Amino acid sequence: MSIKVVRTKAEIEGRIIEATALVEGRDLAPWGTDSGLAIVGKGHPRVDGIARVTGRAQYTQDLYLPGMLHVRVLRSPYPRARVRRVDASRALALPGVRGVLHRFNAPKAAFRGEETIFRDEVRFVGDEVAALAADTEETAADAVRLIDVDYELLPFVADLEEAMRDDATRLTEKGNVTESGTYERGDTKRAFAEASVVVEATYRTSTQLHNSLETHGAVARWDGDLLTVWESTQHVFGVRAGLQAALKIPYSDIRVLCDYMGGGFGSKGGAGKHTIVASIFARQLGKPVRCFLTRDEENLAAGNRSATYQTVKIAAKGKRIHAIEHLSWSNSGQGRWVADPTGPTNGLYDIPHVRTRSYKVITSLGALSAFRAPGYVEGTFALDQAIDELADRIGEDPLALRRRHAARQTDPVTGMRYSLKRLLACYDIGAKEIGWQHRKPEGTRGSAPHRRRGYGMASQLWGGSGFPPAYATVHLNPDGTAVLRCGTQDIGTGTRTVLAQLVAEELGLALGDVRVELGDTNSQYAPISAGSLTVSSVGPAVRLAAKDARMQLLDAASGLLEVRPTELRVERGAIVSKGRRTQIGEVLGQIENYTVIGKGSRFPNPEDISLKTFGAHFAQVEVDVRTGEVFVEHVVAVHDIGRVINPLTAASQVEGGVIQGLGFVLTEERVVDRPTGRVLNGNLEGYKVPTIRDVPKITVRFIDDPDTKANNIGAKGLGEPPIIPLPAAVANAIANAIGVRIRTAPITRQRVLDALGLRS
Amino acid sequence: MGRVPKVSSYIGPGAVDVALKVNGDGVSVHVPPHRTLLDTLRETLGLTGAKRVCDEGMCGACTVLLDGEPVYSCMTLAVACAGHSVETVEGLSKDTKLHLIQEAFIEHDAFQCGFCTPGQIMSCVALLTRNAAPTGEDVLRAVSGNLCRCGAYPNIVAAALSAAKKQARR
Repeated sequence: MSIKVVRTKAEIEGRIIEATALVEGRDLAPWGTDSGLAIVGKGHPRVDGIARVTGRAQYTQDLYLPGMLHVRVLRSPYPRARVRRVDASRALALPGVRGVLHRFNAPKAAFRGEETIFRDEVRFVGDEVAALAADTEETAADAVRLIDVDYELLPFVADLEEAMRDDATRLTEKGNVTESGTYERGDTKRAFAEASVVVEATYRTSTQLHNSLETHGAVARWDGDLLTVWESTQHVFGVRAGLQAALKIPYSDIRVLCDYMGGGFGSKGGAGKHTIVASIFARQLGKPVRCFLTRDEENLAAGNRSATYQTVKIAAKGKRIHAIEHLSWSNSGQGRWVADPTGPTNGLYDIPHVRTRSYKVITSLGALSAFRAPGYVEGTFALDQAIDELADRIGEDPLALRRRHAARQTDPVTGMRYSLKRLLACYDIGAKEIGWQHRKPEGTRGSAPHRRRGYGMASQLWGGSGFPPAYATVHLNPDGTAVLRCGTQDIGTGTRTVLAQLVAEELGLALGDVRVELGDTNSQYAPISAGSLTVSSVGPAVRLAAKDARMQLLDAASGLLEVRPTELRVERGAIVSKGRRTQIGEVLGQIENYTVIGKGSRFPNPEDISLKTFGAHFAQVEVDVRTGEVFVEHVVAVHDIGRVINPLTAASQVEGGVIQGLGFVLTEERVVDRPTGRVLNGNLEGYKVPTIRDVPKITVRFIDDPDTKANNIGAKGLGEPPIIPLPAAVANAIANAIGVRIRTAPITRQRVLDALGLRS
Repeated sequence: MGRVPKVSSYIGPGAVDVALKVNGDGVSVHVPPHRTLLDTLRETLGLTGAKRVCDEGMCGACTVLLDGEPVYSCMTLAVACAGHSVETVEGLSKDTKLHLIQEAFIEHDAFQCGFCTPGQIMSCVALLTRNAAPTGEDVLRAVSGNLCRCGAYPNIVAAALSAAKKQARR
């Protein structure tokens, strides 16, 4: 097949990137609505279900290699300090301790723009000071406490709004605040002057902790020059790149594996310091080494969703939104980037005059990492509440107001037409399912005299188009079974199942005859499992690989059956020719042990079109006005993501997004003690993730129209969309119920009581 | 959660032999007195179904059955299990046939990343063993100590109720 270089622009996590990639052969025509698909579009249970329910699924945490050593990390108890001296002699004297690494003895290892993984100046409580390897984890945990460190304490700032002040401690020479995003269209200055109504408000969101159930961790082993690393990761190739940069060894000497992994939600994007520590110890000590974070460490040093401080000024002219200005500051901790909460304001609604700015604020706290729709959850919380506030002021139904700004089929940011946008259909379905007609501007009486009921909704905009590069190979065995090999990961979204469906459909096999092998850098490249891009990036390449295998199979069958290839097709594991069915195994069995290998690559997206996903969430809540307790009774989630490959797993994704969104808006808040910079609830006791008792009735609906302009499978991403609009929808419902707006997430009982003026 | 047996006599400080039943088989392990049942199952016996998530009795991912009652194995010392019977997720499908609740979890897609799943399943097994016809409220109570960060909760309830119905028909 001929190889071609392609360049493509694509969106990941709200940012536009340019990629150059190679593609092979020609792309396939997309499956349309009339393609008569038998396996794609059906709700198949997960192909790895048995492994997961029997405890046989092997996660990185479950790997115990013979002779393996265990690492524990000593972390800074201070938010900012110079490490003047490290004395590990007491620790090394403990039986079973095999080695200690710290800034004075560790080899150089480049990590995220720094030359070493142990800083001279530690910058947050939880920053890595030293690492210790021992025969057992218990010994390592005991011994790490015996490392003596002499710190010189330095001034710090451990709060977003404090760090924003002019008189705040400056953590860098340039100060704490830098501009990270700017956008304008129209003329907001003139527009606000000519508007009939202007509403201004400030919104705050708290730091949300991922709390993936499997913490960050790796196991490293050297066999001569070959380093094998098992890592709980969303991107095996990203881990490989990180190890190459840190250890200065070639790709051929690195293999990264991730079979099953226990959640990432954006935080497991590449090699971590734990990966590099495990690899260095494993080389120095000549044994496999395991380094897993404890729950507390996970919540200090493995990333978080930035807290935000946002101001929105929004204006109406008549019954339309005329202008909006959205300014946002995000607490990036010690992060080197920041997500942009103003993305939805720029692109979601057709508003003529828009001005947005976003700022990155560094603080003496752990770095942010991507967390399921970074920026968009926080930004939509402000934007869609501001729209409701404006609707209230002009006496308009908030859904009716949004409709006027949601119909346009052109992307307001790029001016390009959308490939497919069914946002109004999402509104129609959502309004019907929640019973929007019951909403009254002043709320309604709830199920008891002290309970008020309210309805709210919000919209979702996200990318999720996917893009190259992504590759896959399909290996068709002589017995008619197939193995898909692909460098992507299944982080719990159901990737294995969806990819098996695509292979089975295109190749004409039963689903059970397809095995999927993922998470191995010895496969061809696949992108990070993030940004809602796995199905839309990898899926089209997988379909092409299956098609390539099918064409080769038909060529082989043509020779063996002496029928022209055009008169043959593959159907449910058999070659069909003029009404005669021959099992694939019977055909290929005539040749000695030949494996058909089909290859596929992801072709670029069309250049002149905007590929987005849309959706809307509707919420019905009750609020107990005596206690401030919020009862979410019903959530309707409607999403427009192109073709739904597997409605069963897709619905699970949406329910999960809704539930994580409920945590964000009602209970989840990292609490930091400002005088000491310490996180007070870095555990699952004090940090409240939703339990089964917090789950409302959830109705999930999909538009399920294939986006035939997007790619050859017509599917876009779904991982992130279902968390984006939920917090704003619930906040709007609460404001409708009690007639007072709470602009800070999470909306705890205390904040409800404060808003009602009831707190004693 | 079930009762945790008391350690009857003084032991330690060194490792001691502990005889217990795991998934029906008698086993003897040599463990220090502070070693948890969870670490013993995972590291000594190679049963890695039960997961270590919080390691302090907050999440339920390490749930196993001790004499038929669900316990957090991270909060249970191995020495306290001497003479007792432990059942883990690996024991549910010994003869390759899945337990009803395992089948129901697959059918109802009651997991995403699957890390909490062994714990959820053991809590449901305990429920179905002591309550032939659980209500939705019974299910909520049974798994209220098992966190799921992916949010598979609605499907977990559906799976447990469906398994209960199938069990009643047998």
